[in-house]
Amino acid sequence: MKLDTNTINKIAKLARIRLSEEEAKDLLKDMNSILDWVEQLNEVNTDSVAPLANISSSTLPQRKDEAKDINSTDEILKNSPDKLEGYFAVPKVVE
Amino acid sequence: MSNLIKGKKHDWETVIGLEIHAQVKSNSKLFSNSSTAFGSKPNSQVSLVDAAMPGMLPVINRYCIEQAVKTGIGLKAKINNYSVFDRKNYFYADLPQGYQISQYKHPIVGEGKVIIDFKDGSSKDIRIVRLHLEQDAGKSLHDQNPTKTYVDLNRSGVALMEIVSEPDIRSADEAGLYISKIRSILMYLDTCDGNMQEGSLRADVNISVRKPGDEYGTRCEIKNLNSIKFIKQAINYEVKRQIEVLEDGGVIEQNTLLFNTSTGKTRPMRSKEEAHDYRYFPDPDLLPLEIDLEDINKLKKTIPELPDDRKKRYVDDYNLSNYDASVLTADKSVSDYFDTVIKSDKKLKESSKIVVNWITSELFSLLNEKNIEINNSPITPENLGRLIKFIKEDIISGKIAKEVLLEMFNTKLNPQKIIEQKGLKQVTDTSEIEIIVDEVLKENQKMVDQYLSGKDKLLGFFVGQSMKKSKGKANPKILNQILKIKLSKKK
Repeated sequence: MKLDTNTINKIAKLARIRLSEEEAKDLLKDMNSILDWVEQLNEVNTDSVAPLANISSSTLPQRKDEAKDINSTDEILKNSPDKLEGYFAVPKVVE
Repeated sequence: MSNLIKGKKHDWETVIGLEIHAQVKSNSKLFSNSSTAFGSKPNSQVSLVDAAMPGMLPVINRYCIEQAVKTGIGLKAKINNYSVFDRKNYFYADLPQGYQISQYKHPIVGEGKVIIDFKDGSSKDIRIVRLHLEQDAGKSLHDQNPTKTYVDLNRSGVALMEIVSEPDIRSADEAGLYISKIRSILMYLDTCDGNMQEGSLRADVNISVRKPGDEYGTRCEIKNLNSIKFIKQAINYEVKRQIEVLEDGGVIEQNTLLFNTSTGKTRPMRSKEEAHDYRYFPDPDLLPLEIDLEDINKLKKTIPELPDDRKKRYVDDYNLSNYDASVLTADKSVSDYFDTVIKSDKKLKESSKIVVNWITSELFSLLNEKNIEINNSPITPENLGRLIKFIKEDIISGKIAKEVLLEMFNTKLNPQKIIEQKGLKQVTDTSEIEIIVDEVLKENQKMVDQYLSGKDKLLGFFVGQSMKKSKGKANPKILNQILKIKLSKKK
């Protein structure tokens, strides 16, 4: 599998990362070599093996349905560059 | 019943599928222990997990899993012993993680079905594709400031059940019946509070139109509708729009739409410049969810009588029509009220239809007027039962009973007391009624003459006058008999 610059740019856009042409070129090279390396796995026959969701063999830990009163407003907004009356204020999202 | 829509050249068929998002009724969120309470101070219920601070790990709420399984059982669906949580990646201001934890290839619940009932007594199955668990996002306020959006993360991470239907729905009305039925099942199970106004239950609607028998047309998805009325309005508008486009020779573009509740129109979402690419993959922070058969069987035992079972019981035991029974069972609290009335006295079982009428017409209109929920009705089911028994036993007439009902509503007293206090007991003593009738006939000699000369319709007038004189207390049956006898004697 070979990626092209368009794919790199699309991934960058989805990840909200701005790339210069130079950076895109470097990343293209890096990602292709990563993919090549991972593709070695294709040499193994996995026809009768179910896909693995997680490598751990333990079971999903579960908790009780208990709510904690945390009154988090001040702490959670501490790092926010802009806020108003307990809300995060962000650049307008147009719908 | 035909749902086809007349077009210029041929009829059109509407094809609709619904994705319903139902908030799990739980105390804490799906993967964190912050509260799910509605209407709290903004951002006051946001743990570091909900805010997606680095290094925070999700731990699943066992109760939410159980609620999803119970809902699956209620939807007559397959419960999957093995399911996986995936990350659905997208970028939005009210999604701090940058992805929603959802279930993609392996949902917790598989195929099921619900039955919807029509007025004419017929019914139809709507197939369910799946139900999966996922996180809700935060809430964005777009209309407070021209350049800013305000974000409240209190809802972020609350557990949702997404219930996906097959495209089996063929009209706005069917869509309305379907979501009402789902809502009713959820409320019987108590797995979701069903409050559409607060957004606990909302739907995305997929719509396309086609010439009957053709392949499915291109569909559009209307996002985030939170009332049955809006769902129907949005469907009707969108269907008309699609037919117009196609009849003018255009093509439908697959699009995500928003419904404007004030104009009643749909429009494409502007933020969708790039088609969504969610890049689903299993969440490495969460192990697969395994549920053993024993747990499922334990939960099966906790399932209460559901609307369809109750409906069947009403039809079989109380002789109610399929439609009456479905209207009554749609709202659990109404149905519970009815059951309590019927069970309050053995004799009421044979009067079940009368009980239904007193609840759905008289009681409802009093409750609606004062905006009171039936569980808070000032008239207890037992007292309504007593009142209906008094009618059956000819102690009061139906008309007087309405008066008594109003008094019961205002004073919370039992009907017996009101009837005694106000002296409303029906007069069944024939001699008393005879006196009244004699007086009426005497006072209206002219009318009597007209009656005798053939104006039969005047009988109603005499009944009315006599009833008035008795202050509504004369037993109508006896009054009629006496009047007829007295008048015929005059001939």
